[in-house]
Amino acid sequence: MRDRLIFTSQLIFTLLVAAFLVVPAILSITAGVTVNYFRGIQSGVTLQWVFQVWDLYAGTILLSFVIAFATLAVTLLAGVPSAYALHVRGGRLSRIVEEIITLPLAIPGLAIALALLFTYQGFGEFRRSWLFILTGHAVFTMPFMVRSVMAVFATVDIKTLDEGAASLGASPWRRFRDVIVPNAVPGILAGSLMVVTLSLGEFNLTWMLHTPLTKTLPIGLADSYASMRLEVASAYTLIFFVMIIPLLVAMQMFADKGQVR
Amino acid sequence: MSGAAGGGASVRIETCGKTFADGTRALERATLDIARGETLVLLGPSGCGKTTMLRIISGLELPDAGGRVLFDGKDMTSVPIERRNVGMVFQSYALFPNMSVADNIGYGLKIRGMPRKERAARVAELVALTNISGLENRRVDQLSGGQRQRVALARAVAIRPGILLLDEPLTALDAALRDRLRGELNRLLRALGITTIYVTHDQSEAMELGDRVVVMQKGAIAQIGTPREIYFKPGNRFVAEFIGAANIIEAPVESGHLVLPGGRQPIGSEATLSAAVAMIRPETIRVVEAGSAPLSGTIDSVSFIGDRQRMVVSGATGKFLTVDAPNTVRARAGERIGLLIAPDAIRLLPPEN
Repeated sequence: MRDRLIFTSQLIFTLLVAAFLVVPAILSITAGVTVNYFRGIQSGVTLQWVFQVWDLYAGTILLSFVIAFATLAVTLLAGVPSAYALHVRGGRLSRIVEEIITLPLAIPGLAIALALLFTYQGFGEFRRSWLFILTGHAVFTMPFMVRSVMAVFATVDIKTLDEGAASLGASPWRRFRDVIVPNAVPGILAGSLMVVTLSLGEFNLTWMLHTPLTKTLPIGLADSYASMRLEVASAYTLIFFVMIIPLLVAMQMFADKGQVR
Repeated sequence: MSGAAGGGASVRIETCGKTFADGTRALERATLDIARGETLVLLGPSGCGKTTMLRIISGLELPDAGGRVLFDGKDMTSVPIERRNVGMVFQSYALFPNMSVADNIGYGLKIRGMPRKERAARVAELVALTNISGLENRRVDQLSGGQRQRVALARAVAIRPGILLLDEPLTALDAALRDRLRGELNRLLRALGITTIYVTHDQSEAMELGDRVVVMQKGAIAQIGTPREIYFKPGNRFVAEFIGAANIIEAPVESGHLVLPGGRQPIGSEATLSAAVAMIRPETIRVVEAGSAPLSGTIDSVSFIGDRQRMVVSGATGKFLTVDAPNTVRARAGERIGLLIAPDAIRLLPPEN
């Protein structure tokens, strides 16, 4: 009897929390397919807002994905070898470098953006291209990749594995390819999931760095909320959901599979 | 396996010391020669520098400036481990979790570019040699401790190394398994006949496996010798006490006799001293009737161990004297006994400073 009561109250609490998170999203999405939000759903259901958003922002959405996966590529190519070097080398210098890489977590995105603007204001071509936003995203997401890969290195004693492979005659590159990376897969997958998600949703930094021609999904969203009717902005949210949820689910499944192995 | 003795390379380390970046002195400058085909054991308590010496020989650690490592007379000091052709077994085994047992064993061969077919044959040979048939396709985390140890050994030997380096390879195992694998390892090392350097803190491992044993203390070599030499003729008190059980007796000397509370014990020829530190192994002392030996004492306690019995005797020397007597001797606590010690069983040690 008592157990049942506890279970029921826990269930209700969980459902309430879930509703707290989900209801606003559902309201926003339904607004996107309503003919007139102020008159409610009885005004009719339509996809016209969705099409309008797609016409206006298809380029933005595409660019967002290009930037997210380019960020992933950069953090993989720079982050995984860095994590390896930092872990194997150890010592005080490595700790300091690790702290510096982690710093963007503590600094507001706006401040990072300002610093980037100061640094690269002279490079007009670069400043105006999407590569500038990519730079910001790479700086911002790098700690997530490096940290999660280093966490895995610590649990599998990668230093001894590295020495073991070296004793068998493997060059540093062979060791990295045959032993280090395969044994870091869970960390790499977890890091990748975070990097892509963070890059797609990043607003602070991107808001400062973007130009009218280099907008990402969240910037477009803010843009439409600010300048168009509510139904259009809501339709934008709907598209955002439809694009991102399947991607996240797929990556999560991929990561789980990598961990079970 | 060729089975021929005397394989592998000879090793010489020349004035190799090691000071770590934080200033810790791990190894005092030492010079050591290891003959081709010899099994040398580095023995000592933790922190004595034995692992550091092994890592310098392997190439995982660089000696301080001035130190040199030579294989077959060739200077290898600046050659990284991957080009030294050494086989290494780590204390934690360092097996690759992302590869099967067979892939682990064959990895060094794959690096050397051996064709797949030849590689498979060599792996099969080692699987048979190390008694792990049937495990070839297992993942490393599906193996027991003893099986991992065998895979690690097979992997290190597969590449036909010039020198085999083993860093406490049995320490991670439980006692019964350790004893069994020690015997197996001994037979295997004899069969391979390659130069082997073996690090351990376990003196019985060192005795059984080593052609020679290097006893190390606080980063320096305390003594080098065959197991018999270091057991019967320890160079100092540390070695005497670290290897086996030892009675250490400090006493004045009068005309070739140790003057002890329980009598005057002859010590043989070295008689010009006025005082001495002497080592007597418990099993070299014979228990006889009181009065029929120069030395006598009172049994304090007797513990029956099975193959022998260990007595603690008081009144014979300044401190308690440990005596290992055959299990057939009948003796009770409180009994007075004579202690017969051959003069050549007494080893005089240099005085401590």
